[in-house]
Amino acid sequence: MDVTFKIRRYNPEIPGKDKPYWQEYVLKDVEPTNRVLEMLHRVKWEQDGTLSFRRSCSSGICGSDAMRINGRNRLACKLLIRDVGAKIQVEPILGLPVIKDLIVDMEPFFDHYRSVMPFYVNNDPLPADGRERLQTADDRAIFDDTTNCILCACCTTSCPSFWANGKYVGPAAIIQAHRFIFDTRDQAAKERIDILAEPDGVWRCRTVYNCTPACPRGISVTRAIGEVKLAIMRGSPKGIINPKDIPTHE
Amino acid sequence: MQTHQFDAVIVGAGGAGLMAARYAVLGGAKVAVISKLYPSRSHTGAALGGIGAALGNLEEDKPLWHAYDTVKGGDYLADQDAAMVLAEEAIDAVVELEHMGLPFDRTPEGRISQRRFGGHTSNFGEKPVRRACHSADRTGHMILQTLYQQCIKDDVKFFDEYHVVDLIMNNGKVAGVIAVQLGTGELHVFHAKALMFATGGWGRVWQISSNAHTLTGDGTAVLFRRGIPMQDMEFFQFHPTGLYGLGVLLTEGIRGEGGVLINGKGERFMEKYAPNIKDLASRDVVSRSIYLEVRAGNGVKGKNYVYLDIRPETVNRYLAEAGETRRIDDDHVRHALAETLDTCRTYVGVDPLTEPMPIQPTAHYAMGGIPTNVNAEVVLDANWTVLPGLYAAGECACVSAHGANRLGTNSLVDLVVFGRRGGMKMAEYVKQADFVPLPPNPTGEIEAELNRIRNNKGKARAYELRNEMQQVMMDHVGVFREENGMKSAVESIKGLRERYRNEVVIDDHGHKFNTDLMEAWELGCLLDLAQITAESAVARTESRGAHSREDYKDRDDVNWMVHTLATYKGSAAAIAGPINTELNFDKKVNLSLMEQDERFKPKERTY
Repeated sequence: MDVTFKIRRYNPEIPGKDKPYWQEYVLKDVEPTNRVLEMLHRVKWEQDGTLSFRRSCSSGICGSDAMRINGRNRLACKLLIRDVGAKIQVEPILGLPVIKDLIVDMEPFFDHYRSVMPFYVNNDPLPADGRERLQTADDRAIFDDTTNCILCACCTTSCPSFWANGKYVGPAAIIQAHRFIFDTRDQAAKERIDILAEPDGVWRCRTVYNCTPACPRGISVTRAIGEVKLAIMRGSPKGIINPKDIPTHE
Repeated sequence: MQTHQFDAVIVGAGGAGLMAARYAVLGGAKVAVISKLYPSRSHTGAALGGIGAALGNLEEDKPLWHAYDTVKGGDYLADQDAAMVLAEEAIDAVVELEHMGLPFDRTPEGRISQRRFGGHTSNFGEKPVRRACHSADRTGHMILQTLYQQCIKDDVKFFDEYHVVDLIMNNGKVAGVIAVQLGTGELHVFHAKALMFATGGWGRVWQISSNAHTLTGDGTAVLFRRGIPMQDMEFFQFHPTGLYGLGVLLTEGIRGEGGVLINGKGERFMEKYAPNIKDLASRDVVSRSIYLEVRAGNGVKGKNYVYLDIRPETVNRYLAEAGETRRIDDDHVRHALAETLDTCRTYVGVDPLTEPMPIQPTAHYAMGGIPTNVNAEVVLDANWTVLPGLYAAGECACVSAHGANRLGTNSLVDLVVFGRRGGMKMAEYVKQADFVPLPPNPTGEIEAELNRIRNNKGKARAYELRNEMQQVMMDHVGVFREENGMKSAVESIKGLRERYRNEVVIDDHGHKFNTDLMEAWELGCLLDLAQITAESAVARTESRGAHSREDYKDRDDVNWMVHTLATYKGSAAAIAGPINTELNFDKKVNLSLMEQDERFKPKERTY
């Protein structure tokens, strides 16, 4: 089949291309099972080497190739042609400054990520037997969902609250905080709760629900944000998530 | 041009680089980590099934058994001192990861859960053992995230999206590296007392590959061009279970959970090739078995693939046959192999709970690379002469703990064990070492090379040359090899290199995020490594581990208990310039365990 790509282009170095514009490319002999990333490579390799985008693993785990494809945030390597059709519109993800073509400045995103203490804290002495700290399978299960996050930014850049106000930490940073707040081994839940209770924290979420369908990892993002809101209101994460009630990805 | 100065610079931000960074910082060094990606994009994150350590949480296990499996899995080419370090320190390293917060799955007692993996056995090969510590089937993702998080906590300085393109030497001593800042195209000089390369593998040399597009062996090629020998390049692992046609990896953990390989006739063919541990034989053995089945006409629908079956009814039938009491159900598969289900459904529309998965071997892991000792110090020759200040760890390095074939889970062990050792050693080293002065105009050569690519007026597109290289290497320097094929591959690669040098042309002549230019530069690295891989393979006239020759079918312990060292003898460090490779075979395999224990003596390898 033939597929037409309509791609949002921008190159600040070239006069005439230094304002965003659309460019179309037609590819022949495309299989329905081809991935969008492979087809973007065909455009770049066979037709126009100036087309610029990030990519790495091509198997949905590195999070480099988040793009807005036919109006939805997707990882290009995890999306098959048969699921988007023969006319494919590709834009950079929204809400972050565009550097060139589909490449956006990720620094504001990672700044938000770093602001929520996205690391494990436990200052107790290590077990005297030199072995692991114990954790029950149920306690491990309650934060399982949010450990899936790959920091691709699909959720944050689908969020109207983030588009409206780039100071909002955004769903991805909250997901990362959730992963630690609900880890029973961690000891900095209070500090993270305080950070997220600030005006640019979790309360900028208006439960629009764009983030959950945007997540290529199937994380129940809006639900996790709700759990963090509850933890702030109660002053503690205890008892909020019932291990019997964990969302499944099926 | 900007110049930065740090005690220690680490190139690469996967598991090995991050572990090294953390330990170098804790040791008091001023450290920078440079990566062409954001650290969380590194390919450590794609590792799936587990990290091996003889914790013995579910059944008896010992580091010595782990070392034995590693040596045997490596077809006796592993340096036994390194294999023992790996097995012993794996325990402490995995516990340390848990202390950093890594969310391992748990046993009913709340300890780290473990599963079976290929080639891992108890009591010197007696039966499969549960040694792979796992976090569902995204263990590598959790290791990468955890290490990155801890580096943020420890305030490690990162240069994200800086692409290292050259090593700076001055009178034979290491002085720093040069990187392109991708966002601006500007060159940066990093002046350092100590340098570590942790740049990963080069699986993109082959057509069917589990590796990221960015795994182009840059660090390895850069060091090779600057005169560092490359060790055991002929040994490259093909993982048995890549998704058919795509090469996307399906974890060995599927077989660890009880999954079986089935040919087109519906037979569980690994019973023929590895009667004792069957589908859990080591990867080289299983990949060859799949090729032999396909060659015998037993591929599915007459094609070059077979099935991997994890459907509970299939698995439970074989478990019952084997007299095991364990059974699995859909829910268990959903949790333990969540990534697998997602991958198969997304890419081939197959639901592994109701259908078998189509698989074929896929280029996966470099056993060879930059030679180091067990402290991650780069060594230059058969006498283990250290080049002061230069370190390497992870897949790009060759310690060699993996010998001729790496066991599943041992790559993750390698990262944390040798990354940590390297980080500690660097912190010590920079305390007593001085900066080597930068030579005049350190960026001159690489600038000229990048400009040559930028301004070339030829007709060859990088992707065409890359496709040809990948096809040639797949056909002639893949799972099975023979003299004429490999020699023709060497000639083909030389031809491609010449076209690359004279004719490669790019469209993008800008500076900001010039991915066109950097992809073309990466191809030069791949071509270097393809050539020395093929040349090293031609020279080794035996079959051992992942190097399997039709014209020399047997292992030759009389002549080949040695490592291959390939050294660049070109006139200048030109990218993909003519290489005269000098091969040396004086470096003997370390047999220190054998000297104390008869069971480590090389013998026929059966599973």
